[in-house]
Amino acid sequence: MEQLTQQIASGLANGAIYASLALALVMIFVSTDHINFAQGEMAMFSAYLCWQVMQWGLNFWIALPLVALGSFLAGVAIQRMILQPLHNAPVLSVVVVFIGLLTIFHSLAGGIWSFTIKEFPSPFPKVAFAGSGYLGSHQVGMILVTLLLLFGLYAFFRFTPLGLAMRAAAQNPGSARLVGVRVDWMLALGWGLAAVVGAVAGTMVAPVVYLEPNMMASILLYGFAGALVGGISSPGGAVAGGFIVGVLENLIAYFGNLLEKTSGIYVIGNGEKLSVALVIVIIVLTLKPDGLFGQVSIKRV
Amino acid sequence: MAKLLEVSGLKAYYGSTQALFDVNLALDQGGVITLLGANGAGKSTTLRAICGMVRTGGSIRLDGQPIGGKATEDIVRLGVGHVPEGRGTFARLTVDENLRVATHARRDKAAVERDRDMVLEYFPILKERLTQQAGTLSGGEQQMLAISRALMLGPRLMLLDEPSFGLAPLIVQEIFRIMRRINSEARVSMLLVEQNAALALDLADHAYVLETGRVVLSGEAAVVKSDAAIRKSYLGY
Repeated sequence: MEQLTQQIASGLANGAIYASLALALVMIFVSTDHINFAQGEMAMFSAYLCWQVMQWGLNFWIALPLVALGSFLAGVAIQRMILQPLHNAPVLSVVVVFIGLLTIFHSLAGGIWSFTIKEFPSPFPKVAFAGSGYLGSHQVGMILVTLLLLFGLYAFFRFTPLGLAMRAAAQNPGSARLVGVRVDWMLALGWGLAAVVGAVAGTMVAPVVYLEPNMMASILLYGFAGALVGGISSPGGAVAGGFIVGVLENLIAYFGNLLEKTSGIYVIGNGEKLSVALVIVIIVLTLKPDGLFGQVSIKRV
Repeated sequence: MAKLLEVSGLKAYYGSTQALFDVNLALDQGGVITLLGANGAGKSTTLRAICGMVRTGGSIRLDGQPIGGKATEDIVRLGVGHVPEGRGTFARLTVDENLRVATHARRDKAAVERDRDMVLEYFPILKERLTQQAGTLSGGEQQMLAISRALMLGPRLMLLDEPSFGLAPLIVQEIFRIMRRINSEARVSMLLVEQNAALALDLADHAYVLETGRVVLSGEAAVVKSDAAIRKSYLGY
């Protein structure tokens, strides 16, 4: 039983990272209908930048805001300079651009910092939390930082005029222009914010998976799965979906191991949890194509 | 005195198709003009052209300043409130958010408050619906919201695209009654596109009749209204 609780708790910790990635994907998706396949590599690159700044001797908590700012500016610049000119292009051209970005960030990171695995120190003090032993201090810190970020974003979109303008632009660009919203800049801002979310996720997960150019590949996949399960059109749903996927993958491995221990039959273990998680995603999407929390907008004519 | 809106030789294009041919319009400060004509005559296109939503040629002046070729959001910020065809409400935002989004670029907080009180006085039903998703409103309520949202921009000029479309006659009367008040009390000038010519001619001082992208007739609203020949040949009633 204690082991089960522990699995759920650490699932929530991983889920926090998936939720962040899912949110970054959804933020770009709701305003452009595009899935930014380079989101994971951008997050990886931000993590490397953070590592570099720390190598220069700065504390993590000073490095992170600097890197977040840099990532924001880079996200805005990518949208303005690369995607804005393509706003009428067919979707496949945009997909090619995303794959290009993915490759560029991947090679850049490898070229600058080499492909060898680097250790990324946890920014959280090593203390046992509440004597529970369910979660390490880094996992607790990771959840807290992610929740703080998610709450900050929620407050931004919910309570500030700029956040409202961004939501309006995502929902109906034509009408948004008619109330004076600079839609193109709102898209760029969305890219910048997504890059910030990615940067935080990347630096939070780097101490767990270690720093290397491939570090975000499977995490992006889980994040994408979380976004789909929760509903790709719903930011809140995507976050919930991320946590669900995180817990699910651990439960699958846990019950697989339990089954093996009690009956001796090996069905599922750690090796298969990614596949099984994705199978569950497919099942959810077959039964509920909008995702669990996807908004089915109500319209009266 | 310069006209509030002066359109001359206006052309508009959808891709390579020309939809307007040398349209001339003029609207006095505080006035109401209406564009009439059949479906596809270019009425909506004229409004879209003024707002920079289609490619245009010719000259469009607001208060003497040329606005042709400017971006839609910049024209809007000069005080042009466009109530589009199909209302264009943000269905998944609340009524309150629909009203607030129009004020996001305004710095005159006191005037924003006054405008908000004003629209909620014009359309008290919206006050009861503030926290409701706009998509759940009835058609008439959505039209009221669309007009209110344009008013929250603090406009000098409102472009209204068929505000009566698809609404019950009683609701239409109510909306036109309020539009008259907006014009006379809030001193907002209006360019009104309507299928319902009789209603539009009651509100407007001046009317233009469009046919296949050209102005074929213009005159005092009262004159157009009382001329049986015009009514028969152009307005179909």
